[in-house]
Amino acid sequence: MSPLLTVTDLRVSFATDDGVVHAVDGVSFEVAPGEVVAIVGESGSGKSVTAQTLIGLTRAPNARISGSVNFDGAELTELSDADLRSIRGEHIAMVFQDPMTSLNPVYRVGDQIAEAIRAHRTVSKSEALSRAVELLRSVGIPNPERRVRDYPHEFSGGMRQRVMIAMALALEPEVLIADEPTTALDVTIQAQILRLLEGLNRDRNLSVVLITHDLGIVAELADRVVVMYAGHIVEDAPLDELFYNPQHPYTWGLLGSIARLDEPRPDRLTQIGGSPPSLLNPPTGCRFAPRCKYAFDKCTQPPTLEPRTGNPAHFDRCWLTPAEKTELR
Amino acid sequence: MKGDPLLEVTDLVKHFPVKSGVLVDREVARVRAVDGVSFTLHEGETLGLVGESGCGKSTLCRAILQLVTPTSGSVRFGGQELVGRSRRDMRPLRREMQMVFQDPFASLNPRKRVGQIVGDPLELHGLASGAELRRRVQDLLDRVGLQAEHYNRYPHEFSGGQRQRIGIARALALRPKLIIADEPVSALDVSVQAQIVNLLEELQDEFGLSYLFVAHDLGVVRHVSDRVAVMYLGKIVEHSHAGGLYGHPLHPYSNALLSAVPIPDPRKNMARERITLEGDVPSPIDPPPACRFHTRCAFATDVCRTEEPPLAELEPGHFAACHHPRL
Repeated sequence: MSPLLTVTDLRVSFATDDGVVHAVDGVSFEVAPGEVVAIVGESGSGKSVTAQTLIGLTRAPNARISGSVNFDGAELTELSDADLRSIRGEHIAMVFQDPMTSLNPVYRVGDQIAEAIRAHRTVSKSEALSRAVELLRSVGIPNPERRVRDYPHEFSGGMRQRVMIAMALALEPEVLIADEPTTALDVTIQAQILRLLEGLNRDRNLSVVLITHDLGIVAELADRVVVMYAGHIVEDAPLDELFYNPQHPYTWGLLGSIARLDEPRPDRLTQIGGSPPSLLNPPTGCRFAPRCKYAFDKCTQPPTLEPRTGNPAHFDRCWLTPAEKTELR
Repeated sequence: MKGDPLLEVTDLVKHFPVKSGVLVDREVARVRAVDGVSFTLHEGETLGLVGESGCGKSTLCRAILQLVTPTSGSVRFGGQELVGRSRRDMRPLRREMQMVFQDPFASLNPRKRVGQIVGDPLELHGLASGAELRRRVQDLLDRVGLQAEHYNRYPHEFSGGQRQRIGIARALALRPKLIIADEPVSALDVSVQAQIVNLLEELQDEFGLSYLFVAHDLGVVRHVSDRVAVMYLGKIVEHSHAGGLYGHPLHPYSNALLSAVPIPDPRKNMARERITLEGDVPSPIDPPPACRFHTRCAFATDVCRTEEPPLAELEPGHFAACHHPRL
């Protein structure tokens, strides 16, 4: 299937008082129709900047963006702000981590959803409002006829996130970018939102770019996983490959440092020593090398992202041979 | 059970009044944040406390340390009653009980140098000064994995994980017996979480610390705890040794909570039977009568709506407050 969204060699840097921060440094990946691609990484890995750049949210006087974001034939990085607005919401929508700060507290939620619809479609206000009711119903909000008249503060965190998802779906986009959609929520509520996203992906063939730091959520939802570290993709693999045949030592570290409920309790959690490098002045060579237990001479040269396991869909950025990795891991 | 009881909490209640009125404030309702909690923490033991936001776990911590005045109930620390003590009478005891906070960005004074942040408790309690103070602070920094030369830096120069280490050094400075850690790792990245969890465990062995470890991450809690208590709307609904709760949860809420945690293994996730709880946690201002979980419970019957289930020992060392436990 031809990809819906193709990102090629995306680079984003920001000029700051301290110097130029290379937040995203050569990221390439594809999203097929109906596919869920998870981008995993820790704070500062560049995962959110990548996601935001897809729909032009990082455009700013101090930002430099290069590379290509191709959506269904259109080159998004070259579109004017006005043209990009017609893609945003209509074809690619986004849900953010914190549903309280992404809703306007002084407008009724129904009006906010209706406004989003009317910005793109010529429909009357009452038509837009009844569409808002349907949307709230479709994301599992009880009594939607009454709830459209409520303000954001009258919703709980989980319900607010449902409102955000309803708003994102208002124009029936093909791609949903979900940036840490459940991080601010309790686990039982998180489970509800994950079920909802799963259903939307299945029933509407919605493509999802899921930004998360939680490999548990990845295991539940994703078809493919992109692992980012310090602005680079270090591994890109189909779901099962990533979990059962991980190739990059950083991925091993991530998998090992989780306190898991499904396995006997270890004496100590595996920890990755140190902390991620500054993106003002990242290490030349492999960016993970300073924290990597298995670093050797060759790691002073930057490794390329390529398939090394024989599986053409499994990419990693590590100089070790697959045999060495199997032994070390 | 490890050592002697260190902390005994009995029927602890903390209600916050909700006031309204133009000239005279009238109490119109009460937030029942903590509503009759009892447990015992032994020396050298870790008790994990889990629950969702609003279940009262942070208020419980603060009420134990008398940072908020409990409405009623008793907190005994090393045999001494804390409830009703004046601030001055609390002070000598504060040395023995310290707290580590969730947000390493908000819990360190940005205008103070690290040396001062960690050294202040020692100075305030008159335990060290001058060169001796500096030496002890540098030892502490070294012990928590920071460097002695960090002494003169400011908090903003550190990452989240390093800041949490500063907070831990500050808590350790007075050689406490009890550390209450309120979500100490939830603001950190997973790889850094593991560093801090491992550090807390090493320090426990080295200094014989007891921890009350509050978190919403059930995996982390299982990893650190000897015993675990599950809170829902101000009450403990289940309480057992870690193996009991995680191996065989008795309360439907604990069951749902465990089942909601995504497992980082795609095949196991597929094979797993999931319980998804409907709805949200009710408001603690007007909690459901009798069993507080009955509004979201799949097993609820009439008795759950009329009679409050006691926290009963249903299996050896395994307590649950439920009329229909999953035995």
